[in-house]
Amino acid sequence: MARQVSTRRKLAFTALAWIVALILFFPILWTILTSFKTEQEAIASPPMIIPSWTIENYIEVQIRSDYFRHFFNSVWISVGSTLIALLIAIPSAWAMAFTPTPRTKDVLMWMLSTKMMPAVGVLVPMYLIFRDTGALDTVWGLTIVLTLINLPIVIWMLYTYFREIPVDILEAARMDGAILWKELVYVLVPMAVPGIASTLLLNVILAWNEAFWTINLTASKAAPLTAFISSFSSPQGLFWAKLSAASTLAIAPILVLGWLSQKQLVRGLTFGAVK
Amino acid sequence: MGSITLEHVHKSFGGHPVIPDASLQIEDGEFVVFVGPSGCGKSTLLRLIAGLEDTTSGIIRLDGEDVTDQGPASRGLAMVFQSYALYPHMTVRQNIGFPLKMANTDKATAERKVADAARVLNLTDYLDRKPRELSGGQRQRVAIGRAIVRQPKAFLFDEPLSNLDAALRVNMRIEITELHQQLKTTMVYVTHDQVEAMTMADKIVVLNAGRIEQVGSPMELYRNPANKFVAGFIGSPRMNFLEGPAADKYRAATIGVRPEHMRISRESGEWAGRVGVAEHLGSDTFFHIHVDGAGMQTVRTEGEKDFAPGDPVWLSPDPSHIYRFDQSGLALR
Repeated sequence: MARQVSTRRKLAFTALAWIVALILFFPILWTILTSFKTEQEAIASPPMIIPSWTIENYIEVQIRSDYFRHFFNSVWISVGSTLIALLIAIPSAWAMAFTPTPRTKDVLMWMLSTKMMPAVGVLVPMYLIFRDTGALDTVWGLTIVLTLINLPIVIWMLYTYFREIPVDILEAARMDGAILWKELVYVLVPMAVPGIASTLLLNVILAWNEAFWTINLTASKAAPLTAFISSFSSPQGLFWAKLSAASTLAIAPILVLGWLSQKQLVRGLTFGAVK
Repeated sequence: MGSITLEHVHKSFGGHPVIPDASLQIEDGEFVVFVGPSGCGKSTLLRLIAGLEDTTSGIIRLDGEDVTDQGPASRGLAMVFQSYALYPHMTVRQNIGFPLKMANTDKATAERKVADAARVLNLTDYLDRKPRELSGGQRQRVAIGRAIVRQPKAFLFDEPLSNLDAALRVNMRIEITELHQQLKTTMVYVTHDQVEAMTMADKIVVLNAGRIEQVGSPMELYRNPANKFVAGFIGSPRMNFLEGPAADKYRAATIGVRPEHMRISRESGEWAGRVGVAEHLGSDTFFHIHVDGAGMQTVRTEGEKDFAPGDPVWLSPDPSHIYRFDQSGLALR
């Protein structure tokens, strides 16, 4: 039986949804608005809602530190770590999804448990390792760290997707003469493309937003956008407008990516939950 | 060539034996059917031959060569799965051509072979479609096409018809039999349907609880079942079994009479009973008779007979077709 929803109820729900969305989006909106204010306007009390639409902050931010260098560092680190993670995760998830052993669940839980450890607990040893191996403030060093940090999530997501693929089809490929890598490349991966795509997107976003390690293990050369933002919060006190301009620049690319791939992301996050 | 030999093959899953000890010889070009109730290990046996499962112990030979430790890709066998297992992201053309691609066949040869297979299987018009755009029967044909293109040593069929509706099943049964007559390649076919086994096989292997109960031609198994299990499994409707005084008279623990060898009469006979359900098939009628002290027995009569439910009747066996079994169920000859 179809549920009858009255117009009034619909209106109420729509209004509620807009209010919740606005509350969630407000910090981002406020950051964007602030980035177009002068520093005086930014700290004015009571706060000014409509900025004077100056782009001075953006110019100053670009002069003080090169946005595009940080931007490309972020791209390298997030895309690089995601691709490496996928290369490792696809075979691991394949093994656990299609030839599970009594210990598979434990291995999966153990991987996930590493995400529960507070990162600051291993900061000092990690820092020393990075210093001694010359990985400090390098893009490749950060790429390795972010690969390792996100690997459990990538494996988990792929594992869930692979479990949806009938094992018969992989067996058919084996019977058709496909050796291991051909089975993965020609059959498993093409069938799992939607899942792999949303895993990739989510992981790029996670890596892009990762702030703890990227700030602590870089100085200037390899600093991605997260470090770029934080550099505006310290030396000469807080400059809200410039900080906001830097933040807006930093989140803009990922916001656009997220917007464009909304469908994939939602499908990816709810996959398996609604079947 | 495609002879298959199993020597004392044993398989257990996590300590639980599924195939205790199976030895079997399949000759080149034979159509062999593994039949048995679900869970009897027939699919496992097929998967062991395919290489999709590893044997726990024992030897599997293809054309005399020990392939026990070889993976499925290198055994040169083709398999048709119950679920068809087509590659959903590939077209029919790519599906059928996949084994050739894996074997690095040159493009021109591959295209010719795919076209040939498609013609044989009436799939020419569907070559550029994806599997999801095909009907069940067409999908089954694609699966068969994928199996025949690379001329395997033997075909393995794992309950290939059980997802099709009854009419299509009969057609595909005939098509597969015809295919076997054309190709003359060894086929091993797994089914739980004894009608498929009887109609298609050169040789039937009856399995029960992982054990091979009997191996033989369909008529051999029908005429001379080695034990009560085979006698009950082969033949439709299934054989009637009578125990107690009825069997004592024939010096057996149990006697078996097929429904087609049971006579029904209003006047006289060996066992008295009452008519239960009648199933009218047009050409035949099956009567289920409640026999006093021996339970439900089935009689097959030709054409129409006018016994009504509740009518008192007499049953008597055709004396030349009484099967006798001892206490352990083995046939007495």
